[in-house]
Amino acid sequence: MSATRRDFLKGAAAAGGGLLLGFDWLSTSGFRTAGAMPTSAATADAAINFNSYLAISPQGVVTIFSPNPEIGQGIKTAFPIIVAEDLDVDWAQVKVMQSPLDNTKFERQLTGGSGAIKHSWQRLRKAGATARQMLVNAAAQRWNVPATECTTASGIVFHKASNRQLGYGDLATDAAKLPVPTEVKLKDRKDFKLIGSTIKNVDNQNILTGKPLFGLDFNREGMLIAMLQRPAFGYKLKSVNAAAAKAMPGIVDVVTFKNNVAVVGKSTWQVKKAREAVKIEYEKDSTSESTADHNRIFTELLDAPTATQRRKDGDVDAAFKSAAKVVKAEYQCPFLPHTPMEPMNFFAHVREDGVELVGPTQTPDLARNETAKLLGIKPDKITVELTRMGGGFGRRLKADYVVEAAELSSLIKAPVKVIWTREDDMTGGSYRPAVRYRFEAALDAQGNLIGYKLRGASINAGNATREDNFPSGAVPNLLIESADYKSPITTGPWRAPITNFLAFAEQSFLDEVAQAAGKDPVQFRLDLLDKAKTSPTGAIKYDIDRTKAVIQLVTEKAGWGKKKGADGKPVSQGFSVYYSHNSYVAQVGEVVMKKGQPVLQKVYAAADCGEVINQSGARQQVTGGIVDGVGHAMYGNLTFKDGAAQQSNFNNYRLIRLNEIPEVEVHFVDNGIEPTGLGEPALPPTGAAVGNAIYKATGKRLRSQPFTEQEGFKGVS
Amino acid sequence: MVTCWPSTVGRRCNFTYMSLYKLNINGRTLQTEADPDTPLLWVLRDNLGLVGTKYGCGIAQCGACTVHLNGEATRSCVLPVSAIGAGKVTTIEGLSAAGTHPVQQAWDAVDVPQCGYCQAGQIMTAAALLKRNPKPTVAEIDATMSGNICRCGTYHRIRQAVQLASTKK
Repeated sequence: MSATRRDFLKGAAAAGGGLLLGFDWLSTSGFRTAGAMPTSAATADAAINFNSYLAISPQGVVTIFSPNPEIGQGIKTAFPIIVAEDLDVDWAQVKVMQSPLDNTKFERQLTGGSGAIKHSWQRLRKAGATARQMLVNAAAQRWNVPATECTTASGIVFHKASNRQLGYGDLATDAAKLPVPTEVKLKDRKDFKLIGSTIKNVDNQNILTGKPLFGLDFNREGMLIAMLQRPAFGYKLKSVNAAAAKAMPGIVDVVTFKNNVAVVGKSTWQVKKAREAVKIEYEKDSTSESTADHNRIFTELLDAPTATQRRKDGDVDAAFKSAAKVVKAEYQCPFLPHTPMEPMNFFAHVREDGVELVGPTQTPDLARNETAKLLGIKPDKITVELTRMGGGFGRRLKADYVVEAAELSSLIKAPVKVIWTREDDMTGGSYRPAVRYRFEAALDAQGNLIGYKLRGASINAGNATREDNFPSGAVPNLLIESADYKSPITTGPWRAPITNFLAFAEQSFLDEVAQAAGKDPVQFRLDLLDKAKTSPTGAIKYDIDRTKAVIQLVTEKAGWGKKKGADGKPVSQGFSVYYSHNSYVAQVGEVVMKKGQPVLQKVYAAADCGEVINQSGARQQVTGGIVDGVGHAMYGNLTFKDGAAQQSNFNNYRLIRLNEIPEVEVHFVDNGIEPTGLGEPALPPTGAAVGNAIYKATGKRLRSQPFTEQEGFKGVS
Repeated sequence: MVTCWPSTVGRRCNFTYMSLYKLNINGRTLQTEADPDTPLLWVLRDNLGLVGTKYGCGIAQCGACTVHLNGEATRSCVLPVSAIGAGKVTTIEGLSAAGTHPVQQAWDAVDVPQCGYCQAGQIMTAAALLKRNPKPTVAEIDATMSGNICRCGTYHRIRQAVQLASTKK
């Protein structure tokens, strides 16, 4: 309750106006665009704060503050839906504003781990319900009737017995002065009007008309532009000759700090050109690695006598000795850049009295703390304002590009926006780690899985396994190990960290094992789940029934095992199911052969994220996750030579395009369980659903990504 | 490249001179000073404050910077400002400021955007397509829209929105 109590510190109306305007950077930051700014400053000006999440104006306009960073996962729409539901207002009454970083009002202002909805669901509902109760109490006082006789709907309090009603706007001033109720009733699920409906992205109008919303769009009077030249991995700065660059038009300075050479100027193009004119020499600092080195390292790690044990059940050696059949396979995935469409950028203004940071970050708290550490100041001297982000995919969970902007601003003593070019973004890390997995499965004479071994070898991934994931718990003898190599190549979370490649490997390998056992791949998994239920081995950290439910739903929708194509032949289907980031997703991929080549034509998905908040946003996340999963499984590959990424832009790093997408059909399990996230969970199962379908169609097992670069594979379109 | 232009607006430097350009943008004549090789993208964004046109790759691969030049979809990231002359440029801000262009309306109706960053470029590409081909087939839509990358994977809805807009024309 303490967190909730803290949220309910009430703001006075007048002071609240100031609070609300304080972070309205779009209207105060000197943007040079004509036309009205998209935020609702005028509305918020007169609004009365009820709690951290909402304010209501005397005109009845409800302003809902969305604390979490928006990268396209739809949180800026989903959070307010939840607040509005229990506040009991119509969506048309609601205006949404992005909150800046504020630890006194919010917890977990973070976009990562698909965890926002799970974390905040109850808090948001209580925020809405508490304000609603205060409005009811205010009406009851005014009418001198018991509050229990009052009802609400569409932002109006009713007293049916006396046929009276008052809008929330009429009650807001009085209501906000009342004691904050500690216990409030939340709506029954059957009464939901907004949760589970189809609601559009709240920023649509601004996005579709090109309003300044993103970090790269941010401008401030007197702001300078900077680009940094950073060394390849394993190198450090040796010498810099910036004389020519400094003399170029629009260039203010060239500054060297750490291993960075920062070119500072007045416009992006001038800075970009001048950076090319800086002569820089680097020297080796540690190992400068190539992809061939990583492949050798994987083999060494997998062949090493020992690795870090993550889970051990039963007696694996005995199981393999007694096996009727043993299946072995290795799977591999490359480094990947995140490539959000908006490259890294951040605005920083380090002043004597404090620091202002504005830009795209998934983790404003980390950005502030790292900046505070760098500058040796207290975090409360730093403000962080959140712009909408042109994607994130985990890249913006690191604060490197924020801290470097702050460091540069402190050196040049000026407001500066550091911009990464696409090439900087793709060659400058931090990447999804590269991995290779070695699997071994032992089957008895009846085709039962009696032994299972997995060792994950990785470059800067830490533990590349998730030792408690399925099929752990369903196999009596099991050993999961990991081995990691520390490389100077920086890595970090990438949408569905670890599981984005682990699921591909595990769910493809299980397909191989099912085949070796002579069983249908879906039935094989269902049998294992039954075994985990009836005679579990060790801890089980996934919900067996929920896993089975998504399997059932997707196989039913896809006509698993029964579907025939136009030619009367069975359609080649591949199956995959995965539990990650607290949600369950099963998928069936469908491949047809065209001109001798496999073509992915459809992916069915069944997802269980509990309560679906917004049908539109949820479907986007699942569909987008699948498109993402298909694209990266097919095409994504980042290789290294002597510490330098070999792909630098979209001409040599391939992202999936519109003509390459399969049809996608999305279904949700409607179980009313407390909601979990969807930003990540739909992606992990995709690689195997596709790879298993391709195997079915071609007989070729794809054990490495990207598929299109595998030997003998001419490409799937 | 302007070789020598010692006018009041040209500023001497090591490589080139800043030049004055009068550009026809969104039906207005806007005047700005820039190096001749500056891509229109950066003139729009840095000089004119028209930031709806986005930077995505700088090498005409992703389409985020798409504008119309004389009605044709054009990659502004590789179009030098000196090459525009009297050409008529339309940006997302000029397509319709109020978002009433059929393509913008279709984008909203279908709820296309996720992060939204690429969508201005997508919309400009779609609007140019529908102008020259008001009733495109799905194959024609796919062929044209495949030039624009959406990292969120909103492609299904992009296709759907172009189809919807084609019924509204």
